[in-house]
Amino acid sequence: MIGLPQVLLLAGILFSIAVAGIFLNRKNVIVLLMCIELMLLAVNFNFIAFSHFLGDLSGQIFVFFILTVAAAEAAIGLAILVVLFRERKSINVEELDMMRG
Amino acid sequence: MLINILFYVFSATLIGAALGVVLARNSVHSAMFLVLAFFTSSGLWLLMGAEFLAIVLVLVYVGAVMVLFLFVVMMLDINTAQMREGFTRYAPLGLVIALIMIAEIAYVVYYRHLDLNAELLVAPTTAVAVSNTKSLGAVLYTQYAYPFQLAAVLLLIAIVAAITLTMRARPNLKKQDISAQVAVGKADRLQIVQVASEKRP
Amino acid sequence: MHTLLLTIVLAPLLASLIAGLFGTFIGRVISHCVTIAGVGLSLALSALVLSRMMTAGEPTFEETLYTWMVTDGIHFEVGFLVDHLTALMMVVVTFVSLMVHIYTIGYMHEDEGYSRFFSYISLFTFAMLMLVMSNNFLQLFFGWEAVGVVSYLLIGFWFTRPSAIFANMKAFLVNRVGDFGFVLGIASLVYYTGSLSYSDAFHAAPMIVTHTITPWAGTSWNAMTFTCICLFIGAMGKSAQVPLHVWLPDSMEGPTPISALIHAATMVTAGIFMVARMSPLFELSPTARTFVLVIGATTALFMGFLGIIANDIKRVVAYSTLSQLGYMTVALGVSAYSVAIFHLMTHAFFKALLFLAAGSVIIGMHHEQDMRKMGGLRRYMPITYWTSLIGALALIGFPGFAGFYSKDSIIEAVHAALEKGTVAGAGYAYFCVVAGVFITAFYTFRMIFMTFHGEERMDHHTQEHLHESPAVVWVPLVLLAIPSIFIGGLTMGPLLFGDYFGQAIHVNEANNVVAELGAEWKGPWAFILAGFTSAPFYLAASGVVTAWALYLKWPAIPSAVALRLAPIYRLLENKYFFDWFNENVIALGSRVLGRGFWRVGDQFLIDGALVNGSARSVGVLGTLLRQIQSGLLYHYAFAMIIGLSALLGYLLWHA
Repeated sequence: MIGLPQVLLLAGILFSIAVAGIFLNRKNVIVLLMCIELMLLAVNFNFIAFSHFLGDLSGQIFVFFILTVAAAEAAIGLAILVVLFRERKSINVEELDMMRG
Repeated sequence: MLINILFYVFSATLIGAALGVVLARNSVHSAMFLVLAFFTSSGLWLLMGAEFLAIVLVLVYVGAVMVLFLFVVMMLDINTAQMREGFTRYAPLGLVIALIMIAEIAYVVYYRHLDLNAELLVAPTTAVAVSNTKSLGAVLYTQYAYPFQLAAVLLLIAIVAAITLTMRARPNLKKQDISAQVAVGKADRLQIVQVASEKRP
Repeated sequence: MHTLLLTIVLAPLLASLIAGLFGTFIGRVISHCVTIAGVGLSLALSALVLSRMMTAGEPTFEETLYTWMVTDGIHFEVGFLVDHLTALMMVVVTFVSLMVHIYTIGYMHEDEGYSRFFSYISLFTFAMLMLVMSNNFLQLFFGWEAVGVVSYLLIGFWFTRPSAIFANMKAFLVNRVGDFGFVLGIASLVYYTGSLSYSDAFHAAPMIVTHTITPWAGTSWNAMTFTCICLFIGAMGKSAQVPLHVWLPDSMEGPTPISALIHAATMVTAGIFMVARMSPLFELSPTARTFVLVIGATTALFMGFLGIIANDIKRVVAYSTLSQLGYMTVALGVSAYSVAIFHLMTHAFFKALLFLAAGSVIIGMHHEQDMRKMGGLRRYMPITYWTSLIGALALIGFPGFAGFYSKDSIIEAVHAALEKGTVAGAGYAYFCVVAGVFITAFYTFRMIFMTFHGEERMDHHTQEHLHESPAVVWVPLVLLAIPSIFIGGLTMGPLLFGDYFGQAIHVNEANNVVAELGAEWKGPWAFILAGFTSAPFYLAASGVVTAWALYLKWPAIPSAVALRLAPIYRLLENKYFFDWFNENVIALGSRVLGRGFWRVGDQFLIDGALVNGSARSVGVLGTLLRQIQSGLLYHYAFAMIIGLSALLGYLLWHA
């Protein structure tokens, strides 16, 4: 029988892969955004697992809101990306260091 | 038993898809792998009885967000040749980090038990009186009514923000300027010209 | 009485303001008329007060006129305490001041700062009156500092002369040392009594004696001794006692009328007056009185020696002033406060006389002050000569003259104290004052002989123009010469042995040496006759004879003696190296210390380490930290992951 630990481990692996993806990807901001989506997905997994195994609907409500926020974030992130590309003709992460101290 | 098999199959597919997102050479491929990851996640959520959210994930993410991603990826002229530069250089470090995190999470999950009582972990009963969608709706529109409204406002703001960010005024575009139309006065439009009457030849 | 006293104080102030602020508009004549009128009014009213006190039995006036502020229960007030002591001082101050005002008309008539000078001396009169009439320490300190300021202004009156500027700065700084002690003394009294008024301090005096001060472990001082010595240090600065005397000889850079008024007759006696006023306190501390006695005796004798070798006529008089102030201090030390005030009064007259006479000589000599270029002036300036002679005889204590009574009383008082053993150090003091008589006579008549007798050593041009000074100069001389002769004999009986001072001066019965003298008092004539047979008379006479022998009969001897006793001569010529010590040890040390504090404390520690150092360390830290801020997303992500892992790890091992 599948239990909570297996689901949590799955979410953990998913999250770790996404983190490694953020770290490995140096050229493309779009992939970074995708990795963030993956991380949110991993978090959602945890919520749904707990909701399921504890029999509490609040976890699913939370996932619902996270999906909302994630959608908004993706929309604005991509909008920024478009503006960025229009300005600099590049989405290379290594060139985005205007915030350098 | 079937559920177990399904879980492991979906899990393996999900991890593979996630790795594909991270490792794919082409951004379009990454996006496609992400779509796959969402689909398998949706399946897994169905296994855990979150039918409504599983459907929403497919509709919203795969149907809207990922399409948006693909739009952007294809719209931007990205040089894919140099996309993977320096990847091998950082790969070992990334791998180490990922492994450390996985190890930590595994340790928590398996050896610490998270202080969860086994009894609490109720196995989902197959026969649920009310459907997931209906019970979720019952909570969402009563207990979480205000947060729900706020979420709607958040989405509205996101729409406005995205449009404002990307919109640009192209100089040659012909468009209506309403305020200029409203503010116009008689002197701007009407010119009375005195025309001398012609003499009959 | 109330209005009377206010008028006495405010008349000179008003006159001073008129002359000082409007001097250029109203001109010279009106300036000096106004100030002389102001001081004259003060003198007349002071004399009225004194006569009322002596004849009509006017009671002691003590009243607070104005409360400036009250803080923490301490009243800051302006008030007058007028008793017999104050009334006497008021008359002496205003009288000498008036004489000096009149004399100044002649002395300064060519000077550009004529109105300014009159303004200053009137202001001085005001400040000095405030000082003597005060009934609290705040006002005393105000007067004390105000006379100091005017003294500073007047020493540097000719402010274009570098030596005058140096001298006034020196006077100012040396007085600061004394004033520091004075302020400490006042602070100590306020600490113990919680009040600034004299009467509270005197009432609390028996209580203060029971306290001790422990400045550091293992040492304890009696609070009263500490307070009295601090107060006396103030008096040492103002009354120029060793080692704070160094400013007085240099103050002769100022105009001569000032030397007479401030640096001989009145201001320098403020310290003597103050100690006499504080007699209820000093009576309770034998240690402090010994200190006073030893300082006074040292000043009396050793400053006299310096008078022997000085060649500047004003400096000789200045050293004699130092020496006479030493005598007064000795009198204070043996609890003979009334004798000290008595000598203060007689000294004020004859020393003012000597200074003004010296000024007259200087006028005649066209501002030449070196006695080696004088001589034989007797024929040209007879009035100056005779008045100087009177002053000199009074100074050396020739029987019958004013100084004789007061000085002999001091010697007798010290002798009585020595016999009764009332205070430690009386033996040393007795030796000093007796030897001082000879020295005084010697240098005084050396000055008289070098100036008025012998061959004429001035140049031809000066000799042609020598004549007696104008009337505005010699009239004050004559007016001062009269009290220089008679004031002693007339007032000695009531002042010392009568009940003149009454409650104003407090002497413990056990210490009362004046009463011992009173037992032998049979009137001034008997005192004069006794004076002719006493040791001091013979010492003085031998001093005069020695001076005559060395400077008139065989003028070659002094230089030979100076050669023979070269080390002593050098010691005297350098004024016991006090100036050298001050300049090379104290001033240089302060400068080195200050430079050290500036370099190390200010520039290095505060500027370098604290001010710039903190800024620089922030800068360095910022420079270091901005290396971390690469602005690259994956670096931040990496940092987040590291932090997350570390946090998780910590929770796992510890939770």
